Amino acid sequence: MPTSEDFAAIWLTLKLAVIVTFLLLLIGAPLAWWLARTQSWLKAPLGAVVALPLVLPPTVLGFYLLLAMGPQGPLGRLTAFIGVAPLPFTFAGLVVASLFYSLPFVVQPIQNAFEAMGDRPLEAAATLRASPLDAFFTVALPLARPGLVTAAILGFAHTVGEFGVVLMIGGAIPDKTRVVSVLIYDQVESMNYERAHWLAGGMLLFSFCVLLALYGRRRNGRYG
Amino acid sequence: MANGAIAARFRLAYPGFALDIDLELPGRGVTALFGPSGSGKTTALRCIAGLARAPDGLLKIGGDVWQDEARGVFVPTHRRALGMVFQDASLFSHLTVKGNLDYGMTRARVTAAEAGREALCEMLDIAALAERWPDTLSGGERQRVAIARALLTRPQLLLMDEPLASLDVARRLDVLPYLERLRDELDIPIIYVSHAPEEVTRIADEAVVLDRGRVVARGAPLDVLPSASRLIEGGRFGVVNALKARVLAVDDAYGVTRLAHPAGEILIAARLTQREARVVMRATDVALAMSEPRDTSVRTILRGRIEKIDATDSALAFVTLTLVGGDRLVSAITRLALDELRLTVGADVFALVKSVALDERGL
Repeated sequence: MPTSEDFAAIWLTLKLAVIVTFLLLLIGAPLAWWLARTQSWLKAPLGAVVALPLVLPPTVLGFYLLLAMGPQGPLGRLTAFIGVAPLPFTFAGLVVASLFYSLPFVVQPIQNAFEAMGDRPLEAAATLRASPLDAFFTVALPLARPGLVTAAILGFAHTVGEFGVVLMIGGAIPDKTRVVSVLIYDQVESMNYERAHWLAGGMLLFSFCVLLALYGRRRNGRYG
Repeated sequence: MANGAIAARFRLAYPGFALDIDLELPGRGVTALFGPSGSGKTTALRCIAGLARAPDGLLKIGGDVWQDEARGVFVPTHRRALGMVFQDASLFSHLTVKGNLDYGMTRARVTAAEAGREALCEMLDIAALAERWPDTLSGGERQRVAIARALLTRPQLLLMDEPLASLDVARRLDVLPYLERLRDELDIPIIYVSHAPEEVTRIADEAVVLDRGRVVARGAPLDVLPSASRLIEGGRFGVVNALKARVLAVDDAYGVTRLAHPAGEILIAARLTQREARVVMRATDVALAMSEPRDTSVRTILRGRIEKIDATDSALAFVTLTLVGGDRLVSAITRLALDELRLTVGADVFALVKSVALDERGL
């Protein structure tokens, strides 16, 4: 049977995924909008940076994030400057790391949705007296809704499933940084296969359900 | 500049294309921007809408200046009191018909009463569609909703970018009468972009013919279209006449309708129910005779005088007649026939129109 230790890890994982997904939608929507509509030369380099976590080993990402958050790194200096605790091995550090790690999974579906709708709906909105900001909220975002839902599902699921970056940044501190994937690793290391089964099986079921929901949406033609 | 009149000057160059126009347009009525694809007519319309920006453009409408780059003025589209109807209607698919109609109206701070919303929806036959979603509408319905949506902002100017081009022929004939009614009832200028001469002839008071970014002709549609035939998609078959006539009688036994026109009686192979009709005939369906033929199957014979002859480089010539009563009628005949009949400007002739070629639409 799952123990309180397991439930604490599950709760921590869900909390992390919810916070990260929420923040990523806030950051990702304007970023995707800019990437979809800009003609600046920065589009390609920035698009590549956003996509980096897709191809980098999580250890590489985690390593550099750890350096950046360290006392000599830019994020470390920033936290020291505003007088908060250093990020490594804290829940806040996990959130920041996860923002980078899951960014492409949120930005790309939204960007695709914005690109697919083209300029026409916004031009129509402009001829109906809507300012660009007004048109973004009342036309672009509602039309991109399927893409936003896909982005939220992927961002959430991907954050739940992250392991390497968490281990590099957060370690395995109970109730603070020990998420489900890390706990499974610990159990296996200590040969507690039965306890690992509960969590690993749960993750398997969860991931299947997420993908089922996603592909079900796509088949219904609502995928953005 | 007359009240409400439009002055537009745009110069714009893309690789392989340059627009260079300087136009004064009237403050009411329908002006068609006509030309083949790539002629710059849609670009010109987008410049007027503010969706494209010509670097040294000038645009004045009535007393308002929308663009004057010399003085650094460029009013963004959403602050211009214009309505625009796009080729694909561009209704917002996340809003119902009512939501679409409300969208511009609330932003323009116009009340339903001010906009005459009820009457407009009645006129465009969309009152019953309010709760429907755009995806469930036919192409013609979508276009009519788009027209209403644009007009409900009470614009100073209505822009239409090939509003019928995405519709099939049957739907086009559905929407045309509404456009004709709008033309007759609106008191704002309409700029209508089209590459279809039938539409231009039926809807526009004036046609501005564009070719490769420049104005090559302008005037009443039947005055300018024949000489522009090389620019017309479908060439000689694209030049179309439209005559207004009063219904005299319907012959139920034969299923035909007789209409009165000052130049002669027009016979249509259909039963009409209305009292007035606009009869449409292609220039290629109008033959000419020097004397009134007595023994012919053609039942519609109109009297007129040759006003203008446009001989093309090819086999054809376009002969423009002034009919008795003042209407114009264009006939496309071969240059061979022109010379053999010795047709000259000023000659009195008879125009023969096969009644099966007549396509009537209620006004």
